[in-house]
Amino acid sequence: MTPRPEPAHQDLSGLAARASVSQLTVRTTGSALSVVEDVSLEVGAGEILGIVGESGSGKTTLGLALLAHARRGLRIAGGSVRLDGTNLLELSPGELRRLRGAALAYVPQDPGTALNPALRIGTQLEEVLAAHGRGREVRERVAEVLTEVGLPMTPELLAAYPHQLSGGQQQRVTLAIAFACRPSLIVLDEPTTGLDVTTQRRVLDTVRELCRTYRVAAVYISHDVVVVSTLADRVAVVYAGRVIELGNTEAVFNTPAHPYTIGLLDAVPSPTETRTLRGMAGIPPRPGRWPQGCAFADRCPHVLPECRDELPALFEASPGHSARCVLVEAGRPGRQATPRGGVDAPTASADFRPVGAGAPLLELRRVTAAYGARAVLHDIELAVPERACLAVVGESGSGKTTLARCISGLHSRWQGEVCFAGERLPTGVRGRSVAARRGLQYVFQNPYASLNPRRTVGGLVAQPLEEFERVSAAERLERVVEALRSAALPPEVLERYPDQLSGGERQRVAIARALVLGPRLLICDEITSALDVSVQAAVVELLRHLQHERGLAMLFITHNLALVRSIAQDVVVMQQGRIVESGSVADVLDHPTHPYTQRLLEDVPEEAPAAGHAAAGRA
Amino acid sequence: MSTATAAPPSPAPPTTVATVRTREWTHVLGAALRTPRGRVGFGLTIVVVAVAALGPAFAPHSATSFVTTPFAPPSGKFPLGGDVLGRDVLSRLLDGGWQLLLIAAAATALGVVLGAIAGISAAYLRGAPDTLIMRVVDVILAFPQLVFALLLVSVIGPKLWLLVVAVGLSHAPQVARVIRSTALDVSERDFVKAVEILGTPRRRVMAKEILPNLVTPLMVETGLRMTYSIVIIAGLSFIGFGIQPPAPDWGLMINENRIGLSENPWAVVAPAALIALLTIGLNTFTDAVARVALGVDRAEQAVVGERIGGAELPAGMASE
Repeated sequence: MTPRPEPAHQDLSGLAARASVSQLTVRTTGSALSVVEDVSLEVGAGEILGIVGESGSGKTTLGLALLAHARRGLRIAGGSVRLDGTNLLELSPGELRRLRGAALAYVPQDPGTALNPALRIGTQLEEVLAAHGRGREVRERVAEVLTEVGLPMTPELLAAYPHQLSGGQQQRVTLAIAFACRPSLIVLDEPTTGLDVTTQRRVLDTVRELCRTYRVAAVYISHDVVVVSTLADRVAVVYAGRVIELGNTEAVFNTPAHPYTIGLLDAVPSPTETRTLRGMAGIPPRPGRWPQGCAFADRCPHVLPECRDELPALFEASPGHSARCVLVEAGRPGRQATPRGGVDAPTASADFRPVGAGAPLLELRRVTAAYGARAVLHDIELAVPERACLAVVGESGSGKTTLARCISGLHSRWQGEVCFAGERLPTGVRGRSVAARRGLQYVFQNPYASLNPRRTVGGLVAQPLEEFERVSAAERLERVVEALRSAALPPEVLERYPDQLSGGERQRVAIARALVLGPRLLICDEITSALDVSVQAAVVELLRHLQHERGLAMLFITHNLALVRSIAQDVVVMQQGRIVESGSVADVLDHPTHPYTQRLLEDVPEEAPAAGHAAAGRA
Repeated sequence: MSTATAAPPSPAPPTTVATVRTREWTHVLGAALRTPRGRVGFGLTIVVVAVAALGPAFAPHSATSFVTTPFAPPSGKFPLGGDVLGRDVLSRLLDGGWQLLLIAAAATALGVVLGAIAGISAAYLRGAPDTLIMRVVDVILAFPQLVFALLLVSVIGPKLWLLVVAVGLSHAPQVARVIRSTALDVSERDFVKAVEILGTPRRRVMAKEILPNLVTPLMVETGLRMTYSIVIIAGLSFIGFGIQPPAPDWGLMINENRIGLSENPWAVVAPAALIALLTIGLNTFTDAVARVALGVDRAEQAVVGERIGGAELPAGMASE
């Protein structure tokens, strides 16, 4: 065991540390598997600490532990959590309860489940204030907290039920509840994940302002590196239950020291430059199954033999910036302000013009669709040339998924004309020719829902074959293995079930299933939105490869404008069921003409520290 | 492309493409048997089933011959005494269970199969088929189960096959309701759409995609319905519409012998106790299965991602 390092002390520029945890460990109740291990952090008043990590890294567990809470099945096994000098772990449940909501506040990820659907907004706000002994001035305080989060104090709003508000408004109400009693420490767990970019930006502005004004110590948990870089003063990168890099936001994002952080940043797409996204090899360890030594060793490109034996301490890379990596100890920080990986790489998508493009493979004319009486699509016209990738961009509710479902025939109540390979398609999938059903394949958004949990990977990928071809068992196996290989999956996964795979692997299985028949067009409906950025990068790379090598045409639907540059040649922007702008990616993203596109581009959060590179890329 | 996903090595390369997961139900049963509740329930059930199944071989006398005096108290030769006509209670007890169990099992199977077909069809096909099936279900449900079975039996007469059909039919609507609600949820999942998009026939979608995901609710329903079958059939026998005399049957025995309750209580208490133990045992075991299926007892495994049925969801999952 290496001697335990002192947690790197930050210069809090005169701010006293309001909240601090030291050597915090969280384990499962029964078998004592470690979920969060030996974490020491501090947050000053008015400071925002960002905690970045991918799914399963233990970041939510860590966030809750900062409030002295452990989810069912977990317990805080060691360490201390101090708030203004008091160790919360030594308080009685009653004392803790009095602190929660008052001095300790929490903003959860999904406001839809955090607000009680049966109570009016006003009642929910008054409840919090009344519970913490502010009974008399409740009315004025309600008005005050609502104004703070940018909501109007109208009788309509107070009388509204949560479902009558938009996602952004709901999240503002949870923020108002959290800030109502002027907490000392607030933990925000991915509060903007479900929101559109525009709403996200406004909510982030509100969070920043409130934390500054009331000198709250804030912890902002997110998987979104870019959001954290715009918001946080300091950042802790969490991997496998430990803090592996800690420092000022600028230092961490400009000169990342840990190979994991570097990999994470290389995987982030940019709205302003065409970047070859680099995924990380391997998959993260599962919670409670952290390997010995450095948990990242198995995926690290710079791995040394000693990495697997001994856990590296948090070494200082520069003042106020430390990383848990032996390279840093040896004085070789992973990267010193080098340009981002793959910028303007020769294979970058925008430069790629498919050979023989011209004749459209898929063409839509005046497509109009409705759900019941509500029209969702109006006069959609678009074309996907052979071997090209067209991105469809829009916020949630813009009708982009409905568009995909109309093209695929899953949604059959539409009018207009959809031509695929010269053939006019019937509305519903059951009326379509074998050639159309084989040639046009679909990959769904959520790989956790699109694979039947009762089938093996082999069975899943073989399904389309069984539907269209009578082949021998040997040939079927061969074709399935071939499809898996195209999706960069080893044959070993054949007999696994989906729940034995990671999210990225599942999405690859879904892609393999779509590839097994050798389709001409792939409809990808938000296929990376449920994945971590490093996994997203790998999946996008895979798709690009398929487009270049196989000449596969694609309709790539996404809400993530930044992703468009890395994958597509053409783009259409949708708003409220209409196409408001279309053209080549470079034209539309560099010189947007429609106000909606301009606003979307403005609202995309950009990594503050990387702005220099981005500007250089544009120049 | 250097993005190949590392996977732990597998013991042997597979040679065929396996299709549908089959071990789900054994998993759940095994897990249920590891809980105290499951063990108690299973123990009780097995004891009564053993009495019913093996009993006939050990019966000391013929179940239908008059070997002693009516309501003779227990003695060395007749440990549980005599019944209303002077037949040996122990022999009738040992011989009177298998028929009840067989009929109950057949009726349960019929009810669950019919109910599952109706429920899955209603959920998946929606629209007119859904309305038709569910309104028929509502009509049958308007009659209490026992009354519905009585109605059929009193019109056609007490025949064994009719007993199976009547009880089975009275179960089907209840099963259909439960299965429909679960199947509605499954039908909406993307993996069903992923198969529809290929143009797969509806019947195959229901049988191969939806049904395998309903294994656990079907197991729980089967256990519950089996309990009700036993109670209903014993009840029908008690009021004379079920298994007919002189055949030995637990429900029938309770009715026949209740006039001699004071002379030889065993002739009533023993069959009643066996029916009670069986239903309690089955119910307890079913409850254990349901709890395991719901994951109530596996909160810890859920946290570290070791659940049997479902998958651990990533923290950042927010559907549009």
